[in-house]
This record gives sequence, C-alpha cells and structure tokens, in this order.
Amino acid sequence: MTTTVIISIFLAIFATSLQNARGATMEPCLESMKTASLPDLPYAYDALEPAISEEIMRLHHQKHHQTYVTQYNKALNSLRSAMADGDHSSVVKLQSLIKFNGGGHVNHAIFWKNLAPVHEGGGKPPHDPLSSAIDAHFASLEGLIQKMNAEGAAVQGSGWVWFGLDRELKRLVVETTANQDPLVTKGSHLVPLIGIDVWEHAYYPQYKNARAEYLKNIWTVINWKYASDVFEKHTRDLDIN
Amino acid sequence: MAASSAVTANYVLKPPPYALDALEPHMSKQTLEFHWGKHHRAYVENLKKQVLGTELEGKPLEHIIHSTYNNGELLPAFNNAAQAWNHEFFWESMKPGGGGKPSGELLALLERDFTSYEKFYEEFNAAAATQFGAGWAWLAYANDKLKVVKTPNAVNPLVLGSFPLLTIDVWEHAYYLDFQNRRPDYIKTFMTNLVSWEAVSARLEAAKAASSSSS
Repeated sequence: MTTTVIISIFLAIFATSLQNARGATMEPCLESMKTASLPDLPYAYDALEPAISEEIMRLHHQKHHQTYVTQYNKALNSLRSAMADGDHSSVVKLQSLIKFNGGGHVNHAIFWKNLAPVHEGGGKPPHDPLSSAIDAHFASLEGLIQKMNAEGAAVQGSGWVWFGLDRELKRLVVETTANQDPLVTKGSHLVPLIGIDVWEHAYYPQYKNARAEYLKNIWTVINWKYASDVFEKHTRDLDIN
Repeated sequence: MAASSAVTANYVLKPPPYALDALEPHMSKQTLEFHWGKHHRAYVENLKKQVLGTELEGKPLEHIIHSTYNNGELLPAFNNAAQAWNHEFFWESMKPGGGGKPSGELLALLERDFTSYEKFYEEFNAAAATQFGAGWAWLAYANDKLKVVKTPNAVNPLVLGSFPLLTIDVWEHAYYLDFQNRRPDYIKTFMTNLVSWEAVSARLEAAKAASSSSS
C-alpha cells in the first residue's frame, strides 16, 4: 500500500512537468522536471507571536524546511540518474528519501499557509459552508479543536495531526501521520485542510516538553480562510453537508 | 501494601550518575533539567499509571518491554516502558570528561568488527544522523559481534535480540536546546566529549557472560 502511495506522490510531482512530453522519450521528461524551492513565508518571522516565537519560525523555515528542500532535490537528482541508467534497485531504494524529504517539503509548504497573523485573520473562526460542515461532523468547532489537540498530543515521536476532507466518503476527518508522511498516505482521497506539525522542532525552544500548551495556543493563529478556500474548491462538485 | 510498593520500585526515575550540570558545556544543565527532569520523569510516571491494575503491574521493566513490543505490533505501554529504560541507559552511557577513543579489549573488538575505531565512528555517526524523525543509535552486541543499529521512536536492541552497549538519543528534545537543528554537531560532541567507554566495557562483559551462560 505504502509503495503504491509513494509512487503516486512521485508521479503526481512528475505529472505537473510532463505536459509537453507526452509520447516523447524519457530523457526530455527528466530534464524538464522542476526541482523544489523554499517558498517565502507569507508573513514576517515574528508575526505569529506570542503563539509561535520568531526564533522558532526562523529555525523552522530557514533550517528545517530548507533542509527538506535541499535533500529532496538531491534525492530527485539521484533518481534522475538511476532512471536514466535503468538502475531499478536504486530507484526503489531512493523512495524512502524522497518520501521523507519530499513529504517534509509538501507538509511545510501547506503549514505556512495554515497559519496567519492575528491582524490578517489568524484565529478567526471559519464561516459557512465549512463552519456548518464542522458542526455536522464534530458537533462544534470546539469539538474539532479538542479532537485535534488530543490526537496531536498522543502522537509518539515525530508527526503531524491533520484536519482533512475525505472526497470519497464526503466527510471531514482528523488523522495523524508519522514523520513527514503526507496526509495522502492515510488515504488517497484525503485532502489536507489544516495540518499541525508536532515534531519537537515545531515548539521546543518556546514550549519545551509542553506540547499540549503549543497545541492550545496555535489555534489563535490558524488560518481558517485557507482551510475554507480548499474545502470549497473540493466540495463544489461534491454534495457534502 | 508493602509488596506493591516494593514492585513499583521497579519503575524509578533514577538520577544520572553525575550532577545535572556536570556535562557542561557539551550538554547543558538546562537540557538535563528538561530531558531528565521532565521527559524521562514523564515516561516513568505515565508507565506506572498505565500498568496499574493490569497484569503488567509489578513485572520487571524488561519483561514489560518485551511483552508490549509484541513482535512489532506495539501495545500501549511499550512507548513509556521502553523510553524509561532507554533514558536510564542513555544517562549511564555518558560521563563528564568522556568521549574519544576507547582502549584495551574494547578497542580491539571495535577494530575487529569495524576494521578501525574511525570506521566505527563513521558508522555510528551515520546511523545517528540518518535515523529519520525520533529515535536512537546504538552500539550493540550479538552472536559475539559488535554492530551499529538505529531504531525509531522507543524501539531498542533488547527487542531486536541483541545486547545494547551504548546509545545516543536523537529525538529532537535531546539536542534542540543546545544545538537546535544541528544534529550532526550534537553527535560529534557526544562522540568527542561524552561517551563513557567504562560503561560500554562493563556492559560488554555482562553481555558476554549472559551469552555464554544461555548458549
């Protein structure tokens, strides 16, 4: 199951660059493949204080996310060579590095958009249709937040807690993933609406071992507008309530 | 009542064999205060709560670790039990003025099984640096051979059938206050300034004795 998902993620990344290469040989496809780059933070490093400190935002974005991008590009380069050489065992061997680092890049790119300074709407509760959908699935916004916090606190080791949309079952879900596994590794029909990083690097300088307090405070800077936009985009064609 | 207090003594937060500031400047007092005083303490306290009233209550820690490892299908108490064990083992793997190259029989065995101390260092360093997410790197002993192992989260060599000799904690909480994201610098500092080869030698002797008596 995992191998299928890894290959699906990998092919999804490929697909965005293959528009002109249909029917062509493999090498031009590989050459046109774009590498990842560190997206800019949509706000200043201190803009999420006091919920998340400037120190954490700098380290998290400039060091951790940057490292995932660098290592992911390195792995893609190796993959490119392995594929060109028909070295299939290396191709398979590289999948875990791609999953770790590519997943790290994908997850953090979503995460920065999941957060917003208070003066830009961070923490402002969602409006309909997402709001009603949350009430239908979790009884209330507080119910959702409590569930996210409980599951996030219970993640052992490193991982993420997600609030997502299941396009196939037409419902909202709370899921956790280990390490840098994207939400899609829990189900290919899952779309992330909000992800909260519970790796220790996400909170340690400020909160130390108090992960529960980090989870309590992060809701003051959660960008519900982004979650609503993604939700609406994916439910336009679904009958969800 | 006396019997149950005797057995809960199995799960004790033992202090490190040195003061919390004794590893400075290589590992700060602040790190020890949080890592031992909060993280390790929580594993022990939560384990006690978790086994209370269950058939695991009063069992030796290693027994709990093996039965809750459950061949990889981890049962709820595994995390706390293994982490309680791992952390005590970690504090005892370090000492003030530690690090560097071992000597005598231990060096001879490292040279035998890794070709040189430098090769061992390289392998141990690589294991610690490439354990993705939370986990541990180990020097372990099995079938009369030394080997380097890396494990995720709370897993340790006990459940993998080998004797742990040395460990480095690579959960972010182990190094974040002192090194932030710079895990390679933390590993280098550990190897250069903290490893207690005396502890490793003592454990190796115990492992050899246990191997020969059970084979």
